[in-house]
Amino acid sequence: MKKLALKDEILLQIEKPARYIGNEVNAVIKEKDQVDVRIAMCFPDVYEIGMSHLGIQILYDMFNCFEDVWCERVYSPWIDLDKIMREENIPLFALESQEPIKNMDFLAITIQYEMCYTNILQILDLSQIPLRAAERGWEHPVVIGGGPCVYNPEPIAAFFDIFYIGEGETRYRELLDVYKESRRLGESKIGFLRKAAKIPGMYVPMFYHVEYQEDGTIQSMKPVEEGISGKVVKEVEMDLSGTYYPKKPVVPFIKVTQDRVVLEIQRGCMRGCRFCQAGQIYRPVRERDVDMLKSYAAEMLKNTGHEEISLSSLSSSDYSRLPEFIDFLIQECREKKINISLPSLRIDAFSLDVMSKVQDVKKSSLTFAPEAGSQRLRDVINKGLTEEVILRGSALAFEGGWTRVKLYFMLGLPTETEEDIRGIGDLANKIAAVFFETVPKEKRVNGKVQIVVSTSFFIPKPFTPFQWASMCTKEEFLEKAYVTRTSIKEQLNQKSIKYNWHEAEISVMEGVFARGDRKIADVIERAYRKGCMFDAWSEYFHNDIWMEAFEECGICIDFYTTRERRMDEKFPWDFLDCGVTKEFLLREWEKAMEEAVSPNCRIQCQNCGANRFGGGICYEKRPEPAAESKPAVTANAGKEQ
Amino acid sequence: MKVRIKFAKSGPMRFIGHLDMMRFFQKAVRRAGIDVAYSEGFSPHQIMSFAAPLGVGLTSHGEYLDLEVKSHSGAEDMKRRLNEVMVEGMEILGVTMLENGAKNAMASVAAARYSVRFRKGCAPSFDWADRLAAFYQKSSIMVRKKTKKSEMDLDLKPHIYQLSVLGEGEAAGISMLVNAGSSCNIKPALVMGAFLKENGEELQEFALEITREDTFMDLGTEGMRKLVPLDAVGMGF
Repeated sequence: MKKLALKDEILLQIEKPARYIGNEVNAVIKEKDQVDVRIAMCFPDVYEIGMSHLGIQILYDMFNCFEDVWCERVYSPWIDLDKIMREENIPLFALESQEPIKNMDFLAITIQYEMCYTNILQILDLSQIPLRAAERGWEHPVVIGGGPCVYNPEPIAAFFDIFYIGEGETRYRELLDVYKESRRLGESKIGFLRKAAKIPGMYVPMFYHVEYQEDGTIQSMKPVEEGISGKVVKEVEMDLSGTYYPKKPVVPFIKVTQDRVVLEIQRGCMRGCRFCQAGQIYRPVRERDVDMLKSYAAEMLKNTGHEEISLSSLSSSDYSRLPEFIDFLIQECREKKINISLPSLRIDAFSLDVMSKVQDVKKSSLTFAPEAGSQRLRDVINKGLTEEVILRGSALAFEGGWTRVKLYFMLGLPTETEEDIRGIGDLANKIAAVFFETVPKEKRVNGKVQIVVSTSFFIPKPFTPFQWASMCTKEEFLEKAYVTRTSIKEQLNQKSIKYNWHEAEISVMEGVFARGDRKIADVIERAYRKGCMFDAWSEYFHNDIWMEAFEECGICIDFYTTRERRMDEKFPWDFLDCGVTKEFLLREWEKAMEEAVSPNCRIQCQNCGANRFGGGICYEKRPEPAAESKPAVTANAGKEQ
Repeated sequence: MKVRIKFAKSGPMRFIGHLDMMRFFQKAVRRAGIDVAYSEGFSPHQIMSFAAPLGVGLTSHGEYLDLEVKSHSGAEDMKRRLNEVMVEGMEILGVTMLENGAKNAMASVAAARYSVRFRKGCAPSFDWADRLAAFYQKSSIMVRKKTKKSEMDLDLKPHIYQLSVLGEGEAAGISMLVNAGSSCNIKPALVMGAFLKENGEELQEFALEITREDTFMDLGTEGMRKLVPLDAVGMGF
């Protein structure tokens, strides 16, 4: 019987010991003496969050397909165990083997949101690995980062040996071969990193030197050695139907956030919303073959025993074979009593029909994400969703029996005025009015409609047209939330409208990390040393400690957030090439200021640059220019728990 | 058709709580391709019921669950299929068919046998093996039993059906057969706590390693207990 890393006494006194014992269905166990490379794949947050992440599952499957590799998983120990591990000096371990991370060849960390940065340090620290790459040697695992946040890796560059820029399916084999070769030849770690840096998509921070101007912006960022490229181009998997995808994903014992089979139907988004980073960095849009999806759906359900399947993509309605695929799923799942969940669907007659077939209308709610309260501002952000479409979709939904609508907005978008904000209340009110007009009194279940308005604060992200934008201060954010609340309270149907807003302080921190430079690393480490961890969990976010850390490091927050960027400013992430060009982003930024919209990729190419990857939507046949554009409503058919 | 499945839980699985065990089995039944029956309604669920929840940290050789199936290909095949989709620490020990109208697993539970050992370094300082018989011979064993809502005084004695030393030397432990019915479910730690207290010591947290050896139903009549394992009423198929 396998020995667990933690004693019974510890496992019995912490919350959810199942987070730490491994042994789940489909977890991969290999003989450690029979593999050459051991990888710990990490999501730096608690198990339930990390286990819900698709990217790790894909890479876990891929690595374990390699006979010479054993990939295991590790997540952030929760606060209770974290404390015990520090007190008793227990090294962080991988779930499968229960062996210390510090003995692995690689520690691969996926970085999905900025507020997990202190948890990366927690992982390194508990693993008893020095935090800074410069202090680590060959005796430590090679620490490699990936995921969306590495499109500006600079704030955490000091903690990583390598960043893998782009999609993981393409270059890991090459990297592992180089590693094995270096080990075999007895080369130094720096020798290995030098070779690694020459593999496309690999960014090795130690080989770059940054010079700053007097005003604190970047003067230059240059490789310090011959043969290291000044530009790192992201990696893209162009054959999504022929690549790795887990047929046997790990099935957790405890309930996790994403407790279902997740099938990624396509990658990328053609809509080009100007605030959205995912919409840019995953270009070009690529679909998976519908036959592949059908066979994977059946096999994954069989291998996991899950009672639900969910389709994953940034905008599922844009998947060209969606009706055919959903028909298949309905057929396949009816007999087996399997639920189908369809997030990110446009609300229209088709999607409402599908949703009424696959879920309990009474229990589910419709989600619209207009993101801005006025048409003017929706044009600025290129969210091609009109009030007419929202109201028409709502009317259809109310006729179909839905009574709950969720609306998502952002506050603090570029050019936003009070009028734009007040539009949020107006729109919510109009939707409520539509309910009372469409549904006769005798047919109203519980007599009412429930509209939930949620606002988040706009954070400019790298590689978006809004990367030049000024971000609001905490006070401005709160004022905007106050205006939103007041405008909702003034509405005739205000009793049907509920309002939630996001925390402003966390958003400001996220803003700093998103567009930060190498100077931020000291602040992150200092905040961590002072006890910051799990910053994404509002109850564990300590703004006062962060403020102290900034102060003590002499770093000015406004420089990263509110400061207006010059058009020709060199950004910390400019050495990366994410596929879309800076010229395109600048064009889009200028169009935003002119309140001009850009049609989606399927209607008209905007020449973003992603066509250089030689495939995807860029090479699809487009309709004749006269064809009318479909309304771009994004909506979410999430089931309420 | 209702089948009764007997299973063992050991190793790392002892840290999986009861609700998660139920989820585990629901998924396992799907993976095994068993033709399970579902409840009616918009969110149908498998018709499955467990005998007695096993506390986190305990292992067991005698857990039971009932499953309503629409068709089957024999007990051996069902057992094999389920075992193929188990994980380390989970083993299906047997499958039997229940008669129509048989009492469900949970309502049937009357008693459970546990073996209890002291964790290394946690054994009491007195010669416990020697003192156990005297403890059990007492006419009453009064304890404070804490429930979710209140505390009450309880005489354990009538609820302990058997108490004896198990094995000897390093591996020695205690075997106990106790009431496990819904009205008075006696946990081994309660008995052990009383035993240690009787001898002037206090039971430390996490001191015990507990295994449920089997779960029993009572086929006796008025006052005469006749305890048999829960699957004794099932038939081969």
